[in-house]
Amino acid sequence: MTQHAQFSGGFQNAPVDAAHAFRAAMTVMARPGKIRELKGVLPPGPLSVATGTLLLTLCDQETSVHLAGRINTSEVRNWLVFHTGAPITSAAEADFAVGTWDELMPLGSYRIGTPEYPDRSATLIVECDELLPQGSTLRGPGIKQASHLSLPDVGVLQDNARLYPLGCDFFFTSKDKIAALPRSTQIGAGD
Amino acid sequence: MSEYNFAYLDEQTKRMIRRAILKGLAVPGYQVPFASREMPMPYGWGTGGVQVSAATLTPDDTLKVIDQGADDTTNAVSIRKFFEKTAGVETTEETEKATIIQTRHRIPEAALREDQILVYQVPIPEPLRFLEPRETETRKMHSLEEYGLMHVKLYEDISQHGAISTSYAYPVKVSERYVMDPSPIPKFDNPKLEMDAIQLFGAGREQRIYAVPPHTKAVSLDFEDYPFEATKADHPCDLCGAENSYLDEVITDDAGNRMFVCSDTDYCRSRREAGHAGRLAKEDAA
Repeated sequence: MTQHAQFSGGFQNAPVDAAHAFRAAMTVMARPGKIRELKGVLPPGPLSVATGTLLLTLCDQETSVHLAGRINTSEVRNWLVFHTGAPITSAAEADFAVGTWDELMPLGSYRIGTPEYPDRSATLIVECDELLPQGSTLRGPGIKQASHLSLPDVGVLQDNARLYPLGCDFFFTSKDKIAALPRSTQIGAGD
Repeated sequence: MSEYNFAYLDEQTKRMIRRAILKGLAVPGYQVPFASREMPMPYGWGTGGVQVSAATLTPDDTLKVIDQGADDTTNAVSIRKFFEKTAGVETTEETEKATIIQTRHRIPEAALREDQILVYQVPIPEPLRFLEPRETETRKMHSLEEYGLMHVKLYEDISQHGAISTSYAYPVKVSERYVMDPSPIPKFDNPKLEMDAIQLFGAGREQRIYAVPPHTKAVSLDFEDYPFEATKADHPCDLCGAENSYLDEVITDDAGNRMFVCSDTDYCRSRREAGHAGRLAKEDAA
């Protein structure tokens, strides 16, 4: 990676771009299954535009980030540290974890919060090949009757939902698209 | 405008608040601690709501601020001006045109849409606080879902007054898990907590943020033989004639005369503009 690449790719106008990015992230977290566009940042590969934008919107020196698998390159680490100052840590200590589903697993290695403080849990940012409004049926807070989303592993996510109010929360990203699955969502198998 | 970062707060503070909002949405009704900042207004004037609004606003938003339903009270006017100056956003008094509505103690009468966000100013976020002063204990009670004390409180209401006399800040159980204080809205507004819009709650002094996502169950606590009742003054609005809006009682002279008017000023105004008239509408026009 050239020096230039490490320092570039951030928000053009951070206060405004990050505000728009957060609104997209908040909308999908409040409405599980909904897919929104999320862009504004050009991160180094293999990070997707949506993942890079989300990281710069939410991370700073107060949040530890775990980079799983092939995403954990010096290029990505340097870029992330330059733009956010976030410490890179292990899965067990991470506030945010980034990677593909297989690289992020097992889910048991992440913090799920404590009964008194369920918010002290990890948020996983899962890089997906594509996001589709079909597949698993989602019900629960934020969903009128039911919504649908292509999920990587229904069984593991159902186990996570059973820990409620503990558990991890998920963002799914693909290119410049984002969707979310909070721990509060009940997941059914097919359509 | 150029002297301030967009929406007043620095970016790191906004990120911290945004992370808390996301956790709040993931665990509806749970109070997420956050590092509340000092704001250029005293505690009790909506510092929590202002911080949540600041972290949520984009330049494309249209902001409405209400205080007890009214757009033209001191608190509402100052917060609206604050964001006009520090965020440069458009403001409105019309519920319909707003994308973010910051509120103190009311939910607007008009049903909110999917693209709107309601931000509450919360004084005491902990519904169990007046029953148990220790934070360590109320945390434990929430973690164990131990809400018997709240039912005892409502029961004592019945044993003393013959009915549940709690009329505002009426506790609700959100998504069948957390008992939540919906901020001191009148219990008339409780049924509206299940809505299409995102609801965010900010308590500045108490340093808590919580949230209710759209279409989330929010059940007002009650008993089978004493069911929850959304009450209001048994009277139509004296200005617009509305039968089903929440009313303020206003004393009009020393002889004890009084009038009832909609607490939601925008709702009342739009009804009067549409030709509805109440008992005192003519005098008002004169």
